[in-house]
Amino acid sequence: MDIQEYFSLVFTDYTLRTITLGTAILGAVTGMLGSFAVLRKQSLLGDAISHAALPGIAISFLITGAKDSNTLLLGALVSGLIGTFWIRSIITKTHLKSDTALGLILSLFFGFGMLLLTFIQKQPNANQAGLDKYLFGQAATLVESDVWMMAIVTGICLFVLLLFWKEFKILLFDKDYAKTLGFNTNAIDILITSFIVLAIVLGLQTVGVVLMSAMLLAPAAAARQWTNSLAKMVFLAALFGAFSGVFGTAISASQNNLSTGPVIVIVAAVFVFISFVFSPSRGLLFKQIRFIKNRRDLELHKTLAFMYHIAETHENISHPHEVKILNNFHGFTKGTLKKLVEKNYVTLQGSTWSLTNEGFQSASNLYNQLTKQDE
Amino acid sequence: MSSAQIEIQIIASLVAIACAIPGTFLVLRKMAMISDAISHSILPGIVIGFFITQDLNSPLLILLAAITGVITVVLVEYIQKTGLVKEDTAIGLVFPVLFSIGVIMIAKNANDIHLDIDAVLLGELAFAPFDRLLISGIDVGPKSLWIIGSILIITIALLFAFFKELKLSTFDKGLAASLGFSPVVIHYGLMTVSSITTVGAFDAVGAILVVALMIAPAAAAYLLTTNLKKMLILSIVFGVFSAISGYWFAHWLDASIAGSITTMLGLLFLMVYLFAPSKGIIAVIYREKQQRIEVSLLTFLLHLKNHDDQRERHVNHLNEHINWQKVRSKTVLELAMKNNMILINNNIVSLTPKGDKFTTQAIDYIITNEDAQIEGMKEDFFLFRG
Repeated sequence: MDIQEYFSLVFTDYTLRTITLGTAILGAVTGMLGSFAVLRKQSLLGDAISHAALPGIAISFLITGAKDSNTLLLGALVSGLIGTFWIRSIITKTHLKSDTALGLILSLFFGFGMLLLTFIQKQPNANQAGLDKYLFGQAATLVESDVWMMAIVTGICLFVLLLFWKEFKILLFDKDYAKTLGFNTNAIDILITSFIVLAIVLGLQTVGVVLMSAMLLAPAAAARQWTNSLAKMVFLAALFGAFSGVFGTAISASQNNLSTGPVIVIVAAVFVFISFVFSPSRGLLFKQIRFIKNRRDLELHKTLAFMYHIAETHENISHPHEVKILNNFHGFTKGTLKKLVEKNYVTLQGSTWSLTNEGFQSASNLYNQLTKQDE
Repeated sequence: MSSAQIEIQIIASLVAIACAIPGTFLVLRKMAMISDAISHSILPGIVIGFFITQDLNSPLLILLAAITGVITVVLVEYIQKTGLVKEDTAIGLVFPVLFSIGVIMIAKNANDIHLDIDAVLLGELAFAPFDRLLISGIDVGPKSLWIIGSILIITIALLFAFFKELKLSTFDKGLAASLGFSPVVIHYGLMTVSSITTVGAFDAVGAILVVALMIAPAAAAYLLTTNLKKMLILSIVFGVFSAISGYWFAHWLDASIAGSITTMLGLLFLMVYLFAPSKGIIAVIYREKQQRIEVSLLTFLLHLKNHDDQRERHVNHLNEHINWQKVRSKTVLELAMKNNMILINNNIVSLTPKGDKFTTQAIDYIITNEDAQIEGMKEDFFLFRG
């Protein structure tokens, strides 16, 4: 199946439609909440939580003995929350730093989860197969009820986000100010963290614990490059997330042997790469162009200023001087001289140059402007 | 105990030691999450190496994977340097992408190779003794024992050779640089050792356990000591203890050895986290409570010193005046009485000479902005702490 075929089938084929919708919704909600995680410098929290959710899945399977994805995800939610709060308590109550706390909870919970999974596999229960889809995710196992579940959770997220928009925003950018205004910062903090945990847990079935953190980060990191406004960033991140989901599903469906999760992550990474390079205000490409342009202007100014200082000492400002007395140190190259001639600041006569009236004026204003700008 | 069991325990212990050494420095340098990133992103290196050699234990595999590990670090640092995103976001972006590339490479060639992602992430220690190293036909022991053994020897040799440099650059980068040790070289050296250890260990214990073995023992040790040498020794002891007890736990439960070693590490950390003297959570909460009461006591004494008026010092008045609840004011009052700081005559509270002296000194410290000194004063004046 190639990509075109995929897009013609996506509206008619039940499985494809479900998976595409599922990954799109998932991408949107993780992108939305991921913006908060990225801005709060909690990027790796997602990684830790997704790993910490594993023992919850195993335990709720051990208790219920059923593979109903909702109860399993409930278990994941509980254990993800326990992990999150343990991380918070390690950071606030001991001198261990956040990276240590994250790495600890991540590896310890995951290892414990693996222990439980292998323990379950040894049990004489035919029902256990397929639990390991939570490790790497299998979008193909999504059914319509899962998508409904995602849609409902996304709706709730959106509602809460809009309801507490002001609180979230102020907590994000100025926690102390929020406190002095009388907001219960702890409660808001817990609320937003819980929603991040919820979004991660939702994605486990689709992209798995290992890659879930990228789903959270990549759209937000890409969106951050295009705007400085929180609302726009959240919207863009949701959009990038949704597109990563759709394109990722399309590519993996059109090839054999491609699991959806990794492809979605790669597509999201492409979004990040494009944003990093091509964003007009922050992107590396335009930054480099601006840098080069500034440097050229500066060199030009340097040459002009040097000429100005020479011309100043003469009564006739257009008195010709040898080109040789200009050197690299003064920002002189053949190019800059040519540019000065083009701007009509300088006239060339054989091996001598002389400043024009116009050039003299703008050179003396050069400094005025600079001092004015400094003020 | 069969010889296979002994060999498994030896391998696990060696891995634990080999991980604990770089892990200690990673935790101290606040780079613990880098080890997680490396452990995931070595996957494409392993896969490419496997394509070339068709052998999971070849040295080329270790080399390639270690290079991928260092590439991860370089990429993270490059992205961070552009200033577009913060360091943690950079880590979180790089390793899932590299990991995804690895997974896709495996998936596209699934028919030709016997390499399982689960095996990379989780390892299977139980099979380690069956892969023997034969030198001219003589069985000299399991391959992974030799691999991890040589990595450990190199790590220990490097540790002894560069201990001073490592210590200095960990705690004072600026001083290290000004004395002429390049922090960059030491940084990348440590990263290379971490990558090689991760790769060498993944085949036996899996990438996730490597992360656990690097961070958990070091974190637990850090809660118990602030001496680098003691911390190194403690984390090695913790690592080996969890490795061996984890093995027997897995044996009893008939489950994944790597998982149960991690679980033992988790329990060990939980114990230290709860009960560590002075830095454990219980000690911290107790101390916080004590300090809260002692600060209240100081406030109370200052209040008494500032007010001569009898009405202000009446017992019944204090409740409403300092705005404390009954229980709290009672604790504070009792503590003050026990320490001979106050006298109560006809329900009027007044400072004793000792209480007066204490308060005067405390005020001196407060107005000269040396509040920290008050802590030392408490030793001299208090018979009972809060």
